[in-house]
Order: sequence, then C-alpha cells, then structure tokens
Amino acid sequence: MTPGLAMAPGHAPAPQATGEAEPAESLLTLEGLGIRRGTPGRERWLIQNVDLSVARGEIVTLIGPNGAGKSTLVRAAVGVMRPDRGRVIHAPGLRIGYVPQRLSVDRTLPLTVRRFMTLTERHTPADIDRALGEVGIADLAGQELQTLSGGEFQRALIARALVRRPDLLVLDEPVQGVDFSGEIALYDLIREIRDRLNCGVLLISHDLHIVMAATDTVVCLNHHVCCSGTPRAVAESPAYRQLFGPRAAQALAVYQHHHDHTHDHEGRVVPLSPSPEGEGERG
Amino acid sequence: MLDDFFLRALLAGVGVALIAGPLGCFIVWRRLAYFGDTMAHSALLGIALAALLDLNLILGVFVVAVGVAFALTLLSRSEIVPTDSLLGILSHSTLALGLVLIAFMTWLRVDLTGLLFGDILAVSRLDLALIYGGGLAVIAALIAIWRPLLAGTVNLELAAAEGLAPERARLIFMLLMAAVIATAMKVVGILLITALLIIPAAAARRFAATPEAMAVIAAGLGALAALLGLFGSLQFDTPSGPSIVVAALAVFLFSLAATRFRRTAPATGPG
Repeated sequence: MTPGLAMAPGHAPAPQATGEAEPAESLLTLEGLGIRRGTPGRERWLIQNVDLSVARGEIVTLIGPNGAGKSTLVRAAVGVMRPDRGRVIHAPGLRIGYVPQRLSVDRTLPLTVRRFMTLTERHTPADIDRALGEVGIADLAGQELQTLSGGEFQRALIARALVRRPDLLVLDEPVQGVDFSGEIALYDLIREIRDRLNCGVLLISHDLHIVMAATDTVVCLNHHVCCSGTPRAVAESPAYRQLFGPRAAQALAVYQHHHDHTHDHEGRVVPLSPSPEGEGERG
Repeated sequence: MLDDFFLRALLAGVGVALIAGPLGCFIVWRRLAYFGDTMAHSALLGIALAALLDLNLILGVFVVAVGVAFALTLLSRSEIVPTDSLLGILSHSTLALGLVLIAFMTWLRVDLTGLLFGDILAVSRLDLALIYGGGLAVIAALIAIWRPLLAGTVNLELAAAEGLAPERARLIFMLLMAAVIATAMKVVGILLITALLIIPAAAARRFAATPEAMAVIAAGLGALAALLGLFGSLQFDTPSGPSIVVAALAVFLFSLAATRFRRTAPATGPG
C-alpha cells in the first residue's frame, strides 16, 4: 500500500452516488486528487481536484475526450499510481478486480484461459468453471489466450476479475476490439455481475451511446471533473454538450429503445433477461 | 569420486543448467535477452574490479552485474537514449573496460579465454558447493516470487491493482539473474551465459502448456544439453562451454522439428 492510500474506518456514505436511496457503503473515495507529470518547473497536471466515489452496487462510468486523464485517474484509484495531491481512500479490506485496457501476452508464454484465472490468486476449479460459465466462455477453458477472438478475450479478462469475488470491479475501456452488438452484450454482462455480486463498478468508456444506459453515475472528465450525476442529468448539462458537441446529447435517446433479444460474444441471438432495459437510473 | 575432473564438470554443467532454465523462461517472456547479455558482459569488469580491490571474484561479478542492472533501469527511465542503444553502450563498454583494466594489471595472471568462453574442466569442489548451494537458494527465491513476477510479466498494473508487489519481484529477479551469471561464468563463460538461459527456455515453449511446465521442461532440456555438450567435448576434444551451447542449439532445432509434425497450425490471435 502506497503512503498516498489511506484506510477509512466505517466510511461515510457517498451522497451524490445513489440519490435518495438508502446510504450505501462507499468502497472507493477520491478527495481532491491531483497527479502531475514532468520535471519540477515544467510539470503539467494530468488530473486535478478530482472528487469521486463509488458505492457498493453502483456503476460509475468515466467519460471524457482522449488524453483527459481517465486512465491516470483509474491507476491512482487502484493504487498503481501515487497521488501528488489529495487522497485515495479504500474501504477496509477492499478486494479489487481489475480489467486492464490492454493486455498482451507474449507468444512465448504458454497461458491457457484456465491458468490465467489464477494469475494473481489461487482459486478452486469449481470457482473457475463457474466464473467462466457466468461470462459464457466455459468451453474455452483449455484454450491458450492468444487464440481467443477480441470478444472472447475481453470475457476472459472479466471472468478473471470476477472469480476473485471483488468488492470493486475496475474496467479500463472494456469494449476495445469488440463490435457494436458485442459492446452491448458486454455492458449487459457488467450490469449482471454488479447485480449478482453486489459490487461497485468503476469503468472507463469512450462510447457515450451505450454507457448512458448501463450506468448509475456518469463522471465527465477533462483533467478535472466537468460534470457528474445521473446519465440524464449529465447529458443535459452544458459542460457535457460543450465537451462532446450537441450530437452527443442525443446519446441517451439512441439507447432508449426496447429490444427483445441480445447477442452473445459469438453473435448468437440470446433472449433478453427480465431485468429493466434501457433505463439508466436505479432506485 | 569427486576427484574425477570430468564428473565435477558434469555436475557443474547440469547444476547450472537446472537453475538457468526456469530463470531463462522469464528472460524470454519479458524479452530481456539483451538485458541479460549486458549484465553478463559486465562480469569481466566485475572480475577486474575484484582483482584490483583483492575481493572474491564471484562477489565482484555479482555486485557489478547488479549495479549494471540498476543503472539500466534508471537510465532507461530518463529516456535520453533509446533502450536498445543504451544496452549496446553498457554491454560493450563494460566488457571493454574490463579488458582494459585487466591489461593494466600486468601482475594479474588471468585466463581470458576461460573467462569469456568457460573453463568447466577446472571446476573445483568449492565451485560445485557454490553452484548447488547458491542454486538451491536461487530456485527457492524464484518460487517465492513466482506469482507476483508472473502476474507482473503479463500485466504490471493488473498485478499491482490486485494487491501483489510486481516491482519488488522484478528487483529480486534481477538479483537472481546476477547470481546465476556469477555462478555460471565458469561453466560456459561470460559471452555464452545468455545462450544457456535462453535456448533451453525457447526449446521448452513447444512442449509446455503452462508457465510452470515450461520452467521445469527448460531445466530438463538445459541439463540434457549440458550432458550432451560435455560428452561431445570429451569425444571430439572441443572447448566445453561452446560445446554445451551447440548441444543446446541442437536440442532447440530438434524441438522445432518435433512439434512441426504434431501441430498443424501455429496459434495466432490478438495478443
């Protein structure tokens, strides 16, 4: 644990997180977080004055233009990067499951999906099979990672984070290299995991259209927090329109249609689960 | 029984190969081949400095190799020179510095060929004790840091985010590499140490389904190469260090041929 990370005993609930809902346990809190780069005198703040919190059961999505500091924020939040200013507070004993933006396994490293699942921690075969089944790639357990398609690979990454039964699931652009229907399926999967594990989720996304519906709280970042709140509130805020242009405001509408089916990672049609669809807010 | 110089050579060669195999896997996976080469080349500078200061030669090699590893890590962060150029600069300048220093010390009688290409037939009982004692310690340390080192090899951030200490594991791994270079020097020589680390690991890739299996198979193939090389060296009166490396190459080529028939399509995919 780096010195910049502090533990908060019995931390107070995050007020803006779940609105009027009953107070939820805050898993992660960033207070006035600032991270800079470069040599003294020529330094540049990658992010500044960032306040953010993720409560149990909440999905928080970071959006923002390229170079806005989204990955920097996530790295600081999980303790990989030390904050230059402010604090990162983890709930005591917080278990993080991390899905990195990019993961390249050298071809000289023999790594099956099954072995990949125990990369940072030992798990029972039954737990591994269950996690792989939950993301729909149980049949790929014996395959080497390098042979998976983009969508399968993302699911393997999520399964590996999932098998840890994390309190907080952190995903850095989880839909890279996945086509549009695969993206929707992945966000549905993330929501399902949240419902099942009752974990908090912090995710970075560049795709406004889908994010808007799959999220409880949107944080719009451009070196600082431009605006945050429910997807609807953010989409209507002037700061958001200024950052992404007027067309982006339609993002919410795009996803608010009803479908009666979805697709799995291989494009097969799958009937929709009875969970509420297309509505971003949760009570 | 250990009076027989050839038996001592066999034990030394097999011992070093058993240690080098698992470590070599990480060198292959992390693409540290040239990094390892640079550390090995600095060994001559270590010997020169140890002779100058009247210290134990193996200790001198170890200390200088560790110093070079840290210098490389720090300098590559500053981004003044591209990393591959930096490796080239350090690799050859430490080797040249060592040669020049040794030339200055006219009172020092060293067998340069032995240092550069190995002098396994001169292995003493003390050397054997060092190889097996040190080797056990190296393997025990490698097992202790295995999980964070492997996780950090796959993805540094992921390992750190999930509570492991991959940076500390990487530093310990560099110390282990320096230790192996210091002990393997007598067996295959400064210029050929990297071969003993890399070639068995590369050959093992084709037979292994997990990282752990690859480490064990690399150790076995390395030991096989040491045996083949030493018996070949005895049979054909060739230098022992290069003979071991040639045998390792033969094992590697055999592994290519053996798997060519077994596997129809090589694995490709996003990576």
